[in-house]
Amino acid sequence: MAVKLRVILPHVVLLLFAVIFLFPFVWLVMTSLKTPEEILKFPPSILPETFQWSNYKEALQAIPFTRYMMNTFLICMVNIIGQLFSAPLVAYSISRIPWRGRNIIFTIVVATMILPAQVQMIPQYIIFTKLGWVNTIMPLTIGAFFGAPFFIFLLRQFLLGVPTELSEAAKIDGASELRIYVQIIMPILKPALATVALFSFVWSYVDFMGPLIYLNDSAKWTITVGLQSFQQDHGAQWEKLMAASTIMAIPMILIYFFGQKYFMKSGSALTGFK
Amino acid sequence: MRVSTAANQRKHVSGWSRKERHYVYLGLAFASPWIIGFLAFTVYPFFGSLYLSLTEYDLFSPPKWVGLQNYEQIFADDRFYKSLGNTFFMAFISVPITLTVSLLIAVMLNFKVKGINYYRTIFYLPSVIPIVASALLWTWMLNPDFGLVNMALRTLGLTDPAWLLDPRYTKPSLILMSLWGSGSGALIFLAALQGVPRQYYEAAQVDGANWWYRFWKITVPALSPIILFQLIMGLIGAFQIFTESYILAGGKVDGSGSLGGPEQSLLFYAVNLYQEAFVFLKMGYASALAWILFIIVLLITFILLKTSGRWVYYGGE
Repeated sequence: MAVKLRVILPHVVLLLFAVIFLFPFVWLVMTSLKTPEEILKFPPSILPETFQWSNYKEALQAIPFTRYMMNTFLICMVNIIGQLFSAPLVAYSISRIPWRGRNIIFTIVVATMILPAQVQMIPQYIIFTKLGWVNTIMPLTIGAFFGAPFFIFLLRQFLLGVPTELSEAAKIDGASELRIYVQIIMPILKPALATVALFSFVWSYVDFMGPLIYLNDSAKWTITVGLQSFQQDHGAQWEKLMAASTIMAIPMILIYFFGQKYFMKSGSALTGFK
Repeated sequence: MRVSTAANQRKHVSGWSRKERHYVYLGLAFASPWIIGFLAFTVYPFFGSLYLSLTEYDLFSPPKWVGLQNYEQIFADDRFYKSLGNTFFMAFISVPITLTVSLLIAVMLNFKVKGINYYRTIFYLPSVIPIVASALLWTWMLNPDFGLVNMALRTLGLTDPAWLLDPRYTKPSLILMSLWGSGSGALIFLAALQGVPRQYYEAAQVDGANWWYRFWKITVPALSPIILFQLIMGLIGAFQIFTESYILAGGKVDGSGSLGGPEQSLLFYAVNLYQEAFVFLKMGYASALAWILFIIVLLITFILLKTSGRWVYYGGE
């Protein structure tokens, strides 16, 4: 009996919590498929009487959804390119090139991770205003080309695990550092670079404050700002708001299902933070 | 300087060898993207905001030097204290709650049962939902009349708070929402848990230690460095809460012309700062707010790191 309990109990606990964690999703999708009258019914039913797929069509028409999505994806793509270019270079410098000063650089990289963004925000805004970059994607993407501290840290952790013998052999054959980086290290880094690309995408996709501050022209809005304004204008139309939220969540859910192992990897890299 | 002490330890006191110099150039070249970005987008703005904090600046006319006036005004401003109080609530009540729940979930996700990977997927899923979307979902879930949470509470015969409309419940609403997203913290704990040697548990089990004892005497100490890391990151995150508040409060200003929901109960430090800078265009004043924020975060991190020696155990035998 005691043995049986030890087998069953974890399942019961896990299942209970899984239901709690999943239910808001179910409720999101079901609300998005109900009629306005059905939403306000008590007691509520989980399933809609008839599935109102038209809610989605109406939500998409109520705001320029496609445009917001395209704007968002453009920003995401540019950020991925920027991070993939710069973060591995810096990580390579502080983990594989034996130079004095690399520890100082690493310390500062980590220290900037605790620096609140608000401290730089206002002067940055002034710089971008003076450069005439407000209302363009520049303020939201330029930073990526200088490497995010988190990605530099992540790639450094990964590179520390790569045996030095690999590049030593190439060095004896007369290969330059740049050549070793491009032909040996980059291919090895691929799985870690996938993690960088994924997180870079996710961060840009969900960013709200950046676009809110820098994009005034509604034609340039990203999906986060677009959805927020939709909420302000159509606050009471819950079914449409939930339909719009569902559409917004879909790319993230897809990315998560296809890239799960990369998400897990960042967790294990962070535990190296000792 | 670091360089000279390092040189003393090596063979040449006189200077760098050709090889060393070569590596410095190479290292700097590879690190240059970050160095340039750091100087242009961190160092310069960092000191820029210190300067601005001593001026009056509305973006249109040039900054006017006012000395410490902004700081004096801040310490006499009710909104500053309100936002600070709200933020402390999130940092010192919500963050520990969320961390504890993530740790417990991580322990659950470390169970050796069939299908555990499916559970891991489910618990992490809410963390990938954009905050704007999850905040909208929770606004609906916590709707006082038709929200799922209150319908459930009513069915059970319990009181049903007005959640986002009642200033006493707005912050608990936010905690509820952040608990739903606690899977991301759990995942980091889980990775750390998997690094704890099994022998420790086996030895304790042989000695007859129960689950609770093993949790406190093995799991928590083994995870303490990562608990410290998550605590620091959580506190820093709490000081920057913005989107959640903006969406849950509907992005609207209340009767007093301020963001932050009913009775400014969701007016957090970063929300107040955003409002002063980008709604009221008081760039100097907001810069002073940013510097106070920086000092608070620095102090908290420093105190945590200093006192952590008592409870954080670093690996090794």
